[in-house]
Amino acid sequence: MERTGAVLAALVALAVLGPLVAVAFAAEGPGRLGPADFAAIRFTLLQAALSALFSVLAAIPVARALARRRFAGRRLLVAVMGAPFILPVIVAVLGLLAIFGRAGWLNAAFEALGMGTVSIYGLGGIVLAHVFLNLPLAVRLLLQAWLSVPSERMRLAASLGFSDGDMRRHFERPILCAVLPGALTIIFLICATSFAVALILGGGPRATTVELAIYQAFRFDFDLGRAALLGLVQVLICLAAGLLALGLVRGGEMGFGLDRPARPWPGDGPVARGLDVLSIVGASVFLLLPLLAILLEGLAALPGLPSQVWEAALRSIVVALGSTALTVAMALPIALFAAGGRGRGGVEAVTALSISVSPLVVGTGLFLILFPIVDPVPLALPVTGLVNALVALPFILRALIPAARAAEAGQGRLADALGMTGWTRLRLAILPRLRRPLGFGAGLAAAFSMGDLGVIALFSSPGEATLPMEMYRLMGSYRTDDAEGAAVLLMLLALALFWAFDRGGRVDAVA
Amino acid sequence: MRHTILAAGLTTIAGAAFAQTPVLTVYTYDSFIPDWGPGPAIEAAFEETCGCDLQFVGAGDGAALLSRIRLEGARSGADVVLGLDTNLTAAAAATGLFAPHGIEAPGLTLPVSWDDPLFLPFDWGYFAFVHDTSLQDVPGSFEELAASDVSIVIQDPRSSTPGLGLLLWVQKAYGDRAGEIWEGLSDNIVTVTPGWSEAYGLFLDGEADMVLSYTTSPAYHLIAEEDPTKTAAPFAEGHYMQIEVAGVLAGTDQPELARAFLAFMLTEGFQSVIPTTNWMYPAALPAEALPEGFETLIQPGQALLYDAGEAAAVRDGAIETWQRALSR
Repeated sequence: MERTGAVLAALVALAVLGPLVAVAFAAEGPGRLGPADFAAIRFTLLQAALSALFSVLAAIPVARALARRRFAGRRLLVAVMGAPFILPVIVAVLGLLAIFGRAGWLNAAFEALGMGTVSIYGLGGIVLAHVFLNLPLAVRLLLQAWLSVPSERMRLAASLGFSDGDMRRHFERPILCAVLPGALTIIFLICATSFAVALILGGGPRATTVELAIYQAFRFDFDLGRAALLGLVQVLICLAAGLLALGLVRGGEMGFGLDRPARPWPGDGPVARGLDVLSIVGASVFLLLPLLAILLEGLAALPGLPSQVWEAALRSIVVALGSTALTVAMALPIALFAAGGRGRGGVEAVTALSISVSPLVVGTGLFLILFPIVDPVPLALPVTGLVNALVALPFILRALIPAARAAEAGQGRLADALGMTGWTRLRLAILPRLRRPLGFGAGLAAAFSMGDLGVIALFSSPGEATLPMEMYRLMGSYRTDDAEGAAVLLMLLALALFWAFDRGGRVDAVA
Repeated sequence: MRHTILAAGLTTIAGAAFAQTPVLTVYTYDSFIPDWGPGPAIEAAFEETCGCDLQFVGAGDGAALLSRIRLEGARSGADVVLGLDTNLTAAAAATGLFAPHGIEAPGLTLPVSWDDPLFLPFDWGYFAFVHDTSLQDVPGSFEELAASDVSIVIQDPRSSTPGLGLLLWVQKAYGDRAGEIWEGLSDNIVTVTPGWSEAYGLFLDGEADMVLSYTTSPAYHLIAEEDPTKTAAPFAEGHYMQIEVAGVLAGTDQPELARAFLAFMLTEGFQSVIPTTNWMYPAALPAEALPEGFETLIQPGQALLYDAGEAAAVRDGAIETWQRALSR
């Protein structure tokens, strides 16, 4: 299994870097970067770093609150709060603008109160949107870490009369030290390839990102050399961020327990309770209001959607399920490989390449590779599923590797001592500890594949459109009402898929 | 596995049965293809007479379409490309991948003359700022717009065809003063979007008073939604045009059929579908034949257009001017 993991990781790197090389080879000459490109690189790094920082900082109190409070609808809230992350970008942006835009609810409220209006456009707007999109992921990654603390430890802390401060020192800090670098890195990488969000909310050419420069190189200049070079810049940014994160990771070993349910939190008090209520309510309002706006605008159009949209929805579900199966099949061996020995953390950085390289470069490169061999058009859906699986892989690994490592540390030696090997060892000792992150990762992969426009736009043929693509087509033909209806359908389907695998994060589950 | 082999076998047999029917593959932009687009009606009309199977393949928007043709090169599976515009045809011609169409087209109803040997127009439109009829003090020129506090959403010329159209509009109307105009407009621009859809969506959601679109956009709201509250602002400088064209690929294995399709493109069977599916002016249909509602649209006093070669030559400089003016 471990060897399979290493081979798979190498294949993933090949699948991502191969297309980049293909684009470079198709270029007529080496690309050159101009001053505008360097400005774009600087701006990309700045906005991605700020976005990652604020997403993770905001996630800390929310994850802590969700970990230590029990309330009705907790699982549902955990699931629904994840929605912004899986929405197509343009839908999320329109939802956000319904609240924070010039004609949004916030400005309407300000106006009613006789206060001035606020403008969302600019660097602040980009960061706000990226926090909206990525806070759910950050919360879930941190929450996973909190939930992995064995209840025996909590009991010990409670019997020792730990205060809130003691809890911070002995639990929160080590947990955060272990999980923050990875969470920061993955969100930084997502934001580094941002294009539509940065442009729409940035308010103009000051907010030019590397991804936009790649667009320009492909579309109007057809300068493949420059596109490949900019794609390489993205890879280097990814590798630098990955190495930095690896250097920052400190062990957060929380020991091992018997998977019994956690007891009430030690050191709890009115202040902690107040802070938690504030965090949960604040995050819910921030994340759910834009979703509500999307729902309100589109729900009426849902029943009357053209039949093409429903067919596309069915197609998207099939692609999402296939893509999820592929992601899990790749992720499990890779995670076991990464957890199986020291110095294998780099594997994760390698697979993270798939989110750091421009989808346009990957799509074009795949096209260049496939075209001389087969007609790419009938392969549109399988290729889309494959690329979606590659993109989802880093997310599932981020959740899976720490859990696999913990399982290995806690159960591995005992299993070895008992002479367990192969499938039996995996099934009895390791897999039960991976249930939560595996469900989360699979849910994420499915929902993500559902909502992603992906590379299909490069390959499309009339009868093969996916739901996001059909939604863009409706938008592009003035049919805004239908597009809003399709967006609601997309959101509901993605959430349903996410829930089916993740079951609300299994936050109430025993193990 | 057995099923795969069986399926492959059946496909081969089916392929052989259809071998007598030649297939004409037309690459076009995405919004041409859906049920509500022009594609299905045009396919049905052409297949009635051609004895062929017309297949549309979508490839993003106009600019992505040209990239696709360039990626595929001489081995392209396309026989015809439909949906480039005059800002792209110089680059398209320079690839050497297109063959002369050899069609006389006396019936064209464009406001400008047409003599391109490689490309034939199928529809056209004027760029314009669209707004709600409730807007007060509607600006009548770029200078008035810059002096006003009317807010606009535009598209990025580096990723969008209408965005590039606006850039060339300002450049054609103001030449060396283009930078000055853009600086004046910078505080009117709410934001710049990657493409037309996002900008129009923002406008409909009330994020800006005006959006860069076409003079024909209000016709959609009037005819399809019975909403007469959208209109376009006539600008004194004249309006820049977008002419959408089609061309035959030199590498086609169906040259006769491809030319027959281009000839069909200028007949009523194709042209009459365009106004209420693509929401543009057909390139070869007299004004009387336009559907009811089109007569309410504004008629620009002057049509502005760079020819294909000029457009390609001024583009890079104009983008630089735009970027500099708006980055201040």
